[in-house]
Amino acid sequence: MKYDFVSNRITLIARVSGELDMLSADNFRQEIDLAMEKNCSNNLILNLEGVNFIDSSGLGVILGRYKKVSLRGGRMAIVGAPVQVKRILELSGVLGISKAYDNETEALQAM
Amino acid sequence: MKIKNQIKLSFMSLPENLPLARVTIAAFASQLDFTLEDLDEIKVAVSEAVSNCIIHGYENDPNRTVSVVGTIQEDILEIIVEDDGKGIADIAKAIQPAYSTCPERMGLGFTFMHSFMDKVDVESAVNKGTRVTMSKRPQDHAASAAEEN
Repeated sequence: MKYDFVSNRITLIARVSGELDMLSADNFRQEIDLAMEKNCSNNLILNLEGVNFIDSSGLGVILGRYKKVSLRGGRMAIVGAPVQVKRILELSGVLGISKAYDNETEALQAM
Repeated sequence: MKIKNQIKLSFMSLPENLPLARVTIAAFASQLDFTLEDLDEIKVAVSEAVSNCIIHGYENDPNRTVSVVGTIQEDILEIIVEDDGKGIADIAKAIQPAYSTCPERMGLGFTFMHSFMDKVDVESAVNKGTRVTMSKRPQDHAASAAEEN
């Protein structure tokens, strides 16, 4: 897993790449939570462009971040999910609660 | 049905072996006429089944053994994922969408297996283990077979 974080005012953009499964889940959760805390972020944009695999363990972390962000009154958006990743997000209902955008600029505008 | 090819994997119940299991089975499955999308789905199904063995069957004990057998019979791929862990007391409940014994998890493992494979069969005995048998046939073959009938 690789992470690249960009902070834009109260929004954290997390560019994630690699495989989101039970092997990477704990690290994924910790990295995002830590970066949000460090940047005092309220909103989270998850850029999944570089994610080539996701299963229910990875989804669990995304849903967990959604819950955490919403609980604090923030918003979460998903950007750039490849087709196979997007299908899983759709099937799980994650896209029903967290909106998907084509790019970071669009997502930032919606925050 | 005649077995055309078969592979058997046996590995320690370490999360590090999860990518290896799904990639190996997907590579094996590619001997049949599956699309790339099918192969991605097979990877997810294997990932869910093996994760279940590690997380639930063995409760994250890394010193146990997970077994995965891939078989090609005619044009059907069959995958058996097995552990000899704690087993499932109530299978009907375990395979329900959104059911999980762990709050941080989504409980979608079996849902994905059912969505992505043609057939999923779960056998389990408490304190003996769990065996998940899944099969999938490439779409084009299923369509052309239907036309023939």
